[in-house]
Amino acid sequence: MTTTGETRKPRARSSRYRLAQAARMEWIKLRSLRSIWWTLAVTAAGTVGIGAAVGLNTRNASGDLTNNAMAGVVPGLLLVGALGVLTVTSEYSSGTIRATLAAVPRRPLVLAAKAAVFGAVTLIVGEAASFIAFFADAVTLRHGVAAPSLGQPGVLRAVVLSGAAFCLIGLLGLGLGAIIRHSAAAVGVLVAGVYVVAQVIGIIAHSVATYMPILILENSLSTTKPVTCGTSEASCPHFLSAWAGLGMLGLYAVIALAVGGWLLARRDA
Amino acid sequence: MIEARNLTKRYGPTVAVDALSFDVRPGSVTGFLGPNGSGKSTTMRMVLGLDRPDAGQVRVGGRRYRELRWPLREVGALLEAKAFHPGRSARSHLAALAASNAIPPARVDEVLDMVGLTSAAGRRAGKFSLGMGQRLGVAAALLGDPAVLLLDEPVNGLDPEGVRWIRDLLKSLAAEGRTVFVSSHLISEMALTAERLVVIGRGRLLADTTVAELSAGSASLEDAFFRLTNEAVEYRGNTTKEARS
Ligand SMILES: Nc1ncnc2c1ncn2[C@@H]1O[C@H](COP(=O)(O)OP(=O)(O)O)[C@@H](O)[C@H]1O
Ligand SMILES: [Mg+2]
Repeated sequence: MTTTGETRKPRARSSRYRLAQAARMEWIKLRSLRSIWWTLAVTAAGTVGIGAAVGLNTRNASGDLTNNAMAGVVPGLLLVGALGVLTVTSEYSSGTIRATLAAVPRRPLVLAAKAAVFGAVTLIVGEAASFIAFFADAVTLRHGVAAPSLGQPGVLRAVVLSGAAFCLIGLLGLGLGAIIRHSAAAVGVLVAGVYVVAQVIGIIAHSVATYMPILILENSLSTTKPVTCGTSEASCPHFLSAWAGLGMLGLYAVIALAVGGWLLARRDA
Repeated sequence: MIEARNLTKRYGPTVAVDALSFDVRPGSVTGFLGPNGSGKSTTMRMVLGLDRPDAGQVRVGGRRYRELRWPLREVGALLEAKAFHPGRSARSHLAALAASNAIPPARVDEVLDMVGLTSAAGRRAGKFSLGMGQRLGVAAALLGDPAVLLLDEPVNGLDPEGVRWIRDLLKSLAAEGRTVFVSSHLISEMALTAERLVVIGRGRLLADTTVAELSAGSASLEDAFFRLTNEAVEYRGNTTKEARS
């Protein structure tokens, strides 16, 4: 993003627009909307605040303290996912999409550029939020509970993967926005798909629950050790391993973006 | 140069554009005239590759729009509806578009100055008046210094001073040898701005002519326009009957 127009011109003249130019456009668009930065700030602050509050209220040292510290990631994901949706749908509601597609008529390139820029920003914000939440939880722990450290088994992985979930759910929202195009409907589908359906299925069908995004986060990504329910085998699903959970979230995002890109290229703008 | 051949677009049962063929040549303002709902905006969107034709094709400078290497440097467009985010400043909107086509950032301030928006460049575009929004659209169209310009109803909602500004701007752009294609449903406006006219009704070509030629056969240009478009209404009545029988 730091290359100046002047140094780029000679090479640019000889060829045509590519992902680099489209990404530069998307970066300027993202950075110039104050509402995006406010939403990201609220997301990070909420994630950290909940982590600190959990730390203050922890009395039982035998639980997965890292998993507890990541409690704020769940509501944070909702905001980032909605932001991903709005990044696309606000272009439709404002009419900007026509200016965008007239400037970059190879449409899959537009969505790829949006995904690259939004994915990078949400990855950075997400990692910062989950690391700060982890430390906020550690410094607020009382009642003689010893704080976890990043050197303990699985702790660093849990914090890093929780941060990565922001990026993947954000990209899922971006893809849903491209598929559905209307803000309210797309946010509704995102919330239903990520939260409501997960709760319902979690109660009635355990084998499917393993693949629900929020349960992947809670039981695969942000845990330091495999989750076991203790009681009866039948009532407890076999949760995915941390890396399989990450792959599953990534797969959701890729599918949403691929379908969104395919539709974007075919539909009238 | 814009070349439309047999351009056809349907939205469900509506035939918005019906086998439309015309050429728009450089060096003069070509008016795209037709009543509301006659298919002007749909045609403009197809020229820009935004809507996909059901049949036929349109080329700009000999290429389909999607094949252009640097679209904004070859074609500039002002579409009917607002095409910017209300929360973004005029300068950021233009800077983003400039970046997409490797247009030097300094050009943004140049076009802002050309349309008289320099003092408002940092303000949220959502707070702009209709006229300022149109000016921002014109600035976006001029950004890449394109040889072809498309403007869909640019004088809609403008005050008399703004109308005159657009008119003079279009004429000067054409005088520089550019292709200028501007739509309107107002014959009176086109009489003052355009030299050539492409007239459509119900999506069909009614006349591809000059302002002088069109007014020659009638008491006034307005009479000539109403005569042409009335025929289009009757024509459509006949086709509906044929389709039913
Ligand atoms: N996206 C769309 N979906 C359905 N119908 C459309 C759409 N766009 C235009 N139409 C219809 O196509 C016809 C031509 O519209 P338009 O091109 O906007 O005309 P004009 O710009 O000349 O007023 C109208 O009957 C309009 O209702
Ligand atoms: Mg129109």
